[in-house]
Amino acid sequence: MEEGVVNEILQGPLRDVFDSKQLITDVSGSGNNWAVGHNVFGSLYQEQILEKLRKSAEQCDCLQCFFIIHSMGGGTGSGLGTFLLKVLKDEFPEVYRFVTSVYPSGEDDVITSPYNSILAMKELNEHADCVLPIDNQSLFDIISKIDVIVNSGKLGKTVKPKSLVTSSARALKNRQEKPFDAMNNIVANLLLNLTSSARFEGSLNMDLNEISMNLVPFPQLHYLVSSLTPLYTLADVNIPPRRLDQMFSDAFSKDHQLIQADPKHSLYLACALMVRGNVQISDLRRNIERLKPSLQFVSWNQEGWKTSLCSVPPVGHSHSLLALANNTCVKPTFVELRERFMRLYKKKAHLHHYLQVEGMEESSFTEAVSSLSALIQEYNQLDATKSMPVQDFPRLSIAM
Amino acid sequence: MSIVTVQLGQCGNQIGFEVFDVLFSDSYCSQGLCSKKENEAYQASCKERFFSEEENGVLAARAVLVDMEPKVINQTLSKAAQSGRWKYGQHACFCQKQGSGNNWAYGYSVHGPRHEESIMNLIQKQVEKCDSLSGFFIIMSMAGGTGSGLGAFVTQNLQDQYPNSLKMNQIIWPYGTGEVIVQNYNSILTLSHLYRSSDALLVHENDAIHKICVKRMNIKQISFSNINQVLAHQLGSIFQPTYSAEGSFHCRRNPLGDLMEDLVPHPEFKMLGVRNIPQMSENSLAYSTFTWAGLLKHLRQMLISNAKMEEGINWQVRPPLSGLPALGKMSFNKELHFNTSIANLVILRGKDAQSADLAGFKDPALYTSWLEPDNAFNVWKTQRAFNKYEKSAALVSNSQFLVKPLDVIVGKAWNMFASKAYIHQYTKFGIEEEDFLDSFTLLEQVITSYYNL
Repeated sequence: MEEGVVNEILQGPLRDVFDSKQLITDVSGSGNNWAVGHNVFGSLYQEQILEKLRKSAEQCDCLQCFFIIHSMGGGTGSGLGTFLLKVLKDEFPEVYRFVTSVYPSGEDDVITSPYNSILAMKELNEHADCVLPIDNQSLFDIISKIDVIVNSGKLGKTVKPKSLVTSSARALKNRQEKPFDAMNNIVANLLLNLTSSARFEGSLNMDLNEISMNLVPFPQLHYLVSSLTPLYTLADVNIPPRRLDQMFSDAFSKDHQLIQADPKHSLYLACALMVRGNVQISDLRRNIERLKPSLQFVSWNQEGWKTSLCSVPPVGHSHSLLALANNTCVKPTFVELRERFMRLYKKKAHLHHYLQVEGMEESSFTEAVSSLSALIQEYNQLDATKSMPVQDFPRLSIAM
Repeated sequence: MSIVTVQLGQCGNQIGFEVFDVLFSDSYCSQGLCSKKENEAYQASCKERFFSEEENGVLAARAVLVDMEPKVINQTLSKAAQSGRWKYGQHACFCQKQGSGNNWAYGYSVHGPRHEESIMNLIQKQVEKCDSLSGFFIIMSMAGGTGSGLGAFVTQNLQDQYPNSLKMNQIIWPYGTGEVIVQNYNSILTLSHLYRSSDALLVHENDAIHKICVKRMNIKQISFSNINQVLAHQLGSIFQPTYSAEGSFHCRRNPLGDLMEDLVPHPEFKMLGVRNIPQMSENSLAYSTFTWAGLLKHLRQMLISNAKMEEGINWQVRPPLSGLPALGKMSFNKELHFNTSIANLVILRGKDAQSADLAGFKDPALYTSWLEPDNAFNVWKTQRAFNKYEKSAALVSNSQFLVKPLDVIVGKAWNMFASKAYIHQYTKFGIEEEDFLDSFTLLEQVITSYYNL
C-alpha cells in the first residue's frame, strides 16, 4: 500500500519476471495498523484484487494452490494479507491456501506488532489451509552461524559460495547486500524446496495438496515448523554417507528451525521430509529408523512420517532436506505473542488507532485473543498426552 | 488369451514399466535353455498375453496408464520408448494436471466419477485389440491417493462393465514406517472395496522386498527402481507362459483363469502372497548352482514358517501331526506360528523341471481341513528358464501369509480413527465415518476367517 518496495522490484534485475499490470499500490501505506490494512484498504481494493486474481487464474490449466507471503507485525501484509485470505476462500474454495508468515521477534521495532499479529492470527486460524511461521530472530541466528563458518577459514574447509542458503545472484556480484536479503533468501529456499517435487521428477513425488492432507490432522492445527539443511556445502566433493546422515540429524536440531522452537523436546503430530538430490529410499529409511527413538510422536500417529524424493538437487548442492513438522513446539511462540498483546491491551495502549477505523470494535480484539487461546489450549491438551502410555483402543469383535 | 494391464498412480506406473521390461527381455533372452521350438512357443504366448503388434512390427504393451499428474507417465513413456524394443501404445494413457493428494476419498469420489468415461474408453480400446480376453491385471499402491482410491473405483467399474472377465489386483503394501501418514486409512478403504469387487489380491510388501534387496541382491543404496525390479522378477515368474497338460509346445491359454481356479476356491479368501527363489544379484548368479530338491525344501519351509525370503528361515516350525481334530490343530498351529494354507501353486522354470519332486507340498497337514491336498495344491512346470536363472521356483500362496500385516494395519488405522485424526480430510470429499466403519467391519471379518483356518 505504498510504492517504494514494489517500485524497487520493478527496477531490479527481476523486473521482467513480474507482470507490471498485476500490481496494486497505494501511496500512504497502512501505518502498521492491521485495521487500516484489513478494513480500509480491503474494501477499497477488493474489486481490483479480485479482477487481477481472476486474470492470473484464467491463465492456469489447473490451479492448485495460492502462496501468500507476508509479515504478521505490520499493517498491509498483516491486515490486507489476511483480508485476501477470506477473499480467496470465497472465490476459489477448492484451491489450497499456503501462508508463509513472518512473526515478530522479541526485539521488534513495531510497537503495535502484537495487536496486528493477534488480529491476523484469527484470520489464519479460520481461513488458511497451512501456515509456515517464520521469525526474524531464527533467520538471523542461521546467518550468523553461516558467517562464522565462512569466515573461520579452517584448513581444508572451503565453502562453495553458490551453495549458501542465503546467497543470491546479487550478493555474488556486489558485496553491498541489503540487510534483509540474506534472511529472505532462506525463506525463498524454503519455498523452492516445498515446490521441488511439483516442478521436477523424482521416484516418490509429493504435491502441495499432499502436504495439507498428511500434515493437518485437525483443521485448526495447521501450523508447520520448517527447517532447511544443509546450510552450505563444503567444496569437498566426496561426500561420505555420514555427511548425508548429518543432514538428517541437523533437520531436527533447534538451530536449524525457521522459528524459535525445539521440536525434539515437544510432541510431534506429524512430520514430513522432502529430500532432494542423490538420496535413495534406503538412506531415507535408515535415517528415519535412527532418529525415531529420540522423537516423541502423538499416540495415534506413532509412525507419522511423510516422505518424498525428488531427483533434482538445489543449485550448488548434491542433496538437501526440508523438514516440515506439525509439532507442539509452536506453542511458545503463540503464548509469548499473547503475553505481549495482553501487556499492551491491558493499558489500552494505541487502541484508539484501531477503534477509529470503521468496523473495528473492542470485540474484534477479544474475539481474536480468544481464538488464539483456544488454539493454545488444543496444543496444551496434546502436550498433556505426551507422557501417557500408548493405549490401544479395543477393536471391533466379530461373531463367527 | 490376453491380459490388459491397468497401471494406476506413481507406484503402478513405475512398477508396470519394470514388469513389461522383464517380460520382454526374458522372452527375447538367448539363455532359455530349451529347444528353439519351445522358445518360439514361449515367445508367441508371452506376446499374445502382454503385447500387441503395431504396424511397423514394434511391440506395444497391452496397458493403460492412468495418473492424476503428468510427470510419472511422461517418464514411463519415454523410458519405454528409449529402450527401442517395446513401447506403450500411443493413446494408452490418461493423465490430469493435479494429483490426488494422498487422499483416498479424492481419488475415489472426485477423480473416479469425473474421469470414468475417459478411462473406461481407454480400457475398452485395449480390450478390442485382444483376440480373446483373459482378464485385467491392475497395478496399484494402497498408501497413496490415485492408485488406492481411483484404483478401487476403476476395479468396481470393471466389474460392472466386464462381469465375465477376471480381475487380479497387484497391491503394494507400504513400508510400515511412513511413506504417507494416512497410509493406514487409505489401505483399509482400498482393501475393503477391492475385496468386494476384485477376484484376487496379489500382495507385495515394500518392507519384504527391501529386505530381499539388502540381504540377497547386495545393493548398497537401494532405490525404488531396485525394489521394482525385484518385484517385476517375481511377477514375471508367475505370468510368463508355462506348459499346459498337452505338452511342451502348448502353453497355458488362460493365465488368470488358471490362477483363480487353482488359488481362490472361496470368495472369503482372496489374499495371495508370492515367494520366489532363488533371488540374487547377477554377479552372484554366475557362480551359483541349485538343485530342485534344495530349492523346494527351502520354499516349503518358507511357506510353513511364513518367511519372506531365503535367509533367516525358521527351521523349527514344523507341520502339526496329522490326525489331530480340527480345533486342536488350530491352537497348535497358533502356538508354533505355523502358516496354514488354503491353496498353493508352485511354478517351476528351468532345467529338468519335469523331474522335480513336489511331494512335500502335498502333505495334508499344510492345508486347512476343508480342502483335500489334491484340490489345494497345483504345480506348473516349464523347461524354459526365466530371466537368466537356470532354475527358478515361485510359490503363489493363499494362506495366512498376510493376516498378521493386515491385522497390524487395521489396528493402527483403528487407533487413528478413534481419535478422529484426519477424518475431516475424507469427509470433505464424501467418505463418511460410516464408510470407515464398514471397511473396518469387513476387514475384521477377513482377519478372523484367516486366523481360524
